[in-house]
Amino acid sequence: MAILDLRQRAGYLFIAVMLGHVLLISAQVNARTGVPILEAFTFGLFAEIQRVVSRGSSSVSEIWTGYIGLRRVNAENEHLRQQLAVALIDLQQQRALADQSRGLARLLELHDQPALKTTAAAIIADAAAPDFRTVTIDKGDADGVRPDMAVIAPAGVVGRVAVASGRAAKVQLLIDRNAAAGAIVGRSRAQGVVVGGGADERLSMEYVSETADIVVGDAVMTSGIDAIYPKGFVIGTVEAVDKNGPSYRRIVVRPAVDFHALEDVLIVLTPAARQAEGSRE
Amino acid sequence: MRTVGVILAIVAAVVLQTTLGRYIARATVAVDLVLVVVVAVALTCGPVTGLLTGTAAGLAQDALSSGVLGIGGLAKTLVGFLVGIVGSQFIVAQPFSRFVVFLAATALHAAVFIGLYVMLDLRQFGTSYAAVGGQAVGNAVVGVVVFQLGEFLPGVVERRRSQRARIRR
Repeated sequence: MAILDLRQRAGYLFIAVMLGHVLLISAQVNARTGVPILEAFTFGLFAEIQRVVSRGSSSVSEIWTGYIGLRRVNAENEHLRQQLAVALIDLQQQRALADQSRGLARLLELHDQPALKTTAAAIIADAAAPDFRTVTIDKGDADGVRPDMAVIAPAGVVGRVAVASGRAAKVQLLIDRNAAAGAIVGRSRAQGVVVGGGADERLSMEYVSETADIVVGDAVMTSGIDAIYPKGFVIGTVEAVDKNGPSYRRIVVRPAVDFHALEDVLIVLTPAARQAEGSRE
Repeated sequence: MRTVGVILAIVAAVVLQTTLGRYIARATVAVDLVLVVVVAVALTCGPVTGLLTGTAAGLAQDALSSGVLGIGGLAKTLVGFLVGIVGSQFIVAQPFSRFVVFLAATALHAAVFIGLYVMLDLRQFGTSYAAVGGQAVGNAVVGVVVFQLGEFLPGVVERRRSQRARIRR
């Protein structure tokens, strides 16, 4: 009798909890205007725990890599890596400037591109579920980080800010299934949209014209039309082109960024829309 | 005491998942530590604790992901409840039977989680059967190891204590 009672209660509880979930989902699906309060609160709370854990693990890692036998080599390596990162960022900006001025020179309207204002951030956590490709960074609202700001690395585009709390922000990586960016092929100037591939960690270029000229090895860069990513930043390289007659069936892009080795990123604080306005003025 | 233990296990799983995510979620080989905790708790404590653990863990995971709040919660509640029933109705004490339970629980979780997202047209999933299979095997291996360690370690501690007591005598 007691077992039957317990089972019945468990059943009722199960139905009640499932109904609660259904109501919760329905409320969000009907009105997805902003970030739910619970999400913002939980994210902010866990970001602090993640910050402490990340600081602890990085301290242990630094002691290990920096002091056990490799003290000088590691310092030198770190210095060179920083120099390389700065040079790569500079190269990307120069490439973006060159691309833009080439196009504008054609129209005899030479304008200066405003310099990108960025802030550096460290990655303190990865996604809580394997089906989502997000990371948490240690900069948030307090540092001027806002949703939909572009996030880049020395190698290329990383993603966009999805949620920003006080001292942390969630970044949706470009390889997430729901991520996308306006893209342009460097050699032929063919345009399209690069979308995340989810689990296989490859990108796919879609909405490409039949007349576009795309071959394996072409560099793919941001086109700037999405008002999130600044123009001319490296997305990746074309890895495979699958054609069905004249139309492109599948264009696979290998991302320039190694998302598993990411430790630090740069957040572009100047929104892309404002950059475009700046260059028009 | 058990509630505190379960809460700590969920927090530890979420922290580990977010800290080690890049190492345990690579392409087709991925481990969902939060799901492992839900299944382990459900097998040990029964359907009520299983469903409550699933709810709490799923909602926490949803809130930390970019998804809809409640979908992961619903999937994990269902898994926690059903695994709890299986654990209370059958003897699931051997590593192989536990392996099968973890495998089935991951498949059910993926079906509900991905199914709901696709049904509501909220998100596309490139997840193939191989990816779900890889995650199921990963979760099962980690789950069985966690269970074995959980059973092995208290025995070792107890043996050491009794050895020390004998030496003192």
